[in-house]
Amino acid sequence: MKSRWLPFEWIVALRFLREGRMQTLFIVAGIAIGVAVIVFMSALLNGLQSNFVRRVLTAQSQIQLLPPKEVARRLGAGSALEDAVVQAPLQRLKSIDQWQSVAAQVRAMPDVEVVAPTASGSALAIRGEASRAVSVNGIDPALYFLIVALPEKIVRGSTRLTPGDILIGTDLASDLGVGVGDKLRVSSASGGDQTLMVTGLFDLGSKPANQRTTFVALRTAQSLLGLVGGVSSLEVKVKDIYAADVIAQRITAATGVEADSWIATNAQFFTAVQAQKTSNTTIRFFVGLSVAFGIASVLVVSVVQKSREIGILRAMGISRGQVLRVFLLQGGLLGLLGSLGGAGMGLVALLLWQRYALNPDGTPLFPLAIEPGLFVASLLLATLTGLAAAFAPALRAARLDPVVAIRG
Amino acid sequence: MAEPVVSLRDVRKAFNLGLPNETQVLHGIDLTLARGEFCAVMGPSGSGKSTLLNIVGLLDRPTSGSLCIGGRETRLLDERALTRLRGHSIGFIFQYHNLLAGFTALENVAIPMLGDAGFFRDDMAQRASALLESVGLAKWRDSMVTQLSGGQQQRVAVARSLAMDPPLLLADEPTGNLDTKSADAVFELLRKANRERGMAVLFVTHNPELAGRCDRIIQVVDGKIRG
Repeated sequence: MKSRWLPFEWIVALRFLREGRMQTLFIVAGIAIGVAVIVFMSALLNGLQSNFVRRVLTAQSQIQLLPPKEVARRLGAGSALEDAVVQAPLQRLKSIDQWQSVAAQVRAMPDVEVVAPTASGSALAIRGEASRAVSVNGIDPALYFLIVALPEKIVRGSTRLTPGDILIGTDLASDLGVGVGDKLRVSSASGGDQTLMVTGLFDLGSKPANQRTTFVALRTAQSLLGLVGGVSSLEVKVKDIYAADVIAQRITAATGVEADSWIATNAQFFTAVQAQKTSNTTIRFFVGLSVAFGIASVLVVSVVQKSREIGILRAMGISRGQVLRVFLLQGGLLGLLGSLGGAGMGLVALLLWQRYALNPDGTPLFPLAIEPGLFVASLLLATLTGLAAAFAPALRAARLDPVVAIRG
Repeated sequence: MAEPVVSLRDVRKAFNLGLPNETQVLHGIDLTLARGEFCAVMGPSGSGKSTLLNIVGLLDRPTSGSLCIGGRETRLLDERALTRLRGHSIGFIFQYHNLLAGFTALENVAIPMLGDAGFFRDDMAQRASALLESVGLAKWRDSMVTQLSGGQQQRVAVARSLAMDPPLLLADEPTGNLDTKSADAVFELLRKANRERGMAVLFVTHNPELAGRCDRIIQVVDGKIRG
């Protein structure tokens, strides 16, 4: 007996599995295929999903704090004289009241990573005869780039943003015929007017965005938009993007400033992501269930085949508990072996996918989420499934009447 | 006088109790087996020999009556205690399918010790090896039991039944499907264990010649002991 460090139950369980070679092989293959499907599909869908989410969130923050909307109050409300028509008020560009202290308060919250103030408004970009309507975003690069990875999108020039600099999209640059180092006049409706130097061109991946978006230093935007010392929004990055909704509510409750999460502002998209998650879970559940039934059925057959041996073991003074554990172990071992094979198969499939599913330019369609956690979770889950599936057959084995079992 | 190894008093056994097909198999058996006694059990098929052996072997419980093993009344013992008592006090040899197919001869002999201790120890292999040698199978210790002949398998079973050094051996027609020579060898091994280790043996057989070489013969007919 080479396996001398193993307990009795392990020795017998391993021997029983080895003895039923074909059965063991087939069920391990079955479990492996199931686990491989789960591993492959999870990595694929998670990759797809985080790719979507990343694309959505590269151009926007996860939570945005905005100044309150202006509301028109009814004249003489409650009295006999009541104005029948209430005109919607103008939404003038406004600063968040006491934004410095609000920002400090939000930054102190445990789930928040970064808070970046921005001053945004619309303006005209003018060069010679040509002019384009643009949105001017005044940012503090040190903070803002932690939220939106603009440096990755720069295709020419740099991300330098001193008060005389501007970053513009590639399409605006070609519309106005400017390049890095050229001057551009920016003038706003509130009367601000400045001549700025283009220090970098970026590509946000969408033509309208590349035509409209510009970035300047916070100070520059504040003076251009007549918002001196103020900010029009606070952009927030949180640790768990799927908790953004809850955190936004908490921010509103704590500061009294309206906070919108990306989940609320992209409700449709978020619903789609959630639906994908749900279907992924559903598929995993049913694959897991069929694996469990496979293990259970193999073990039920094994208990019948081994009933005489179980009877002999019982006659030798082996307890019911020991017999129970022998069969539970077999279930757990089948799950473990199958999931080891399945994790390997899933990994190979993922690597093949990454190698052969390419964009025309040779880059992968999207990065897959090959995380060790997924493999560990699959192993654990399959092993536990094996144990659970083995429970009924094991109980049956333990309850066999030795007299009947030996007589056969 | 020394405590008898086994004593049965008015043991009755009925199957399907309370059902229309209720069958009374044992009708009040009284039997005492002293230490070192080698007793043959004879009787026609269906007379209740196997049921008697199962009850003495604690694999089955009597419907009524008292059964003492080593002076210990078993009626009130629970399943766990019975299993333990069985493992320590009784060695079994059956007629067919005695051994675990996926294991070697040595492993089969070691199984009762392994199951009792929970873990494998080196002294178990030594003891199993010595037992195999005593039944003349030293050469076969690492062979799978499926590769052994019927007579060799029964000898492995005898070695295994001695593993825990129990005071009582129960042999249910161990020579029933062996040729005369092998049957004789197996019988002699049991007799040797009985003489050298003082084990009491209940030996079910249809062979009058072998029965004649036992200390005592009991006849079970229609669920009763005669003679």
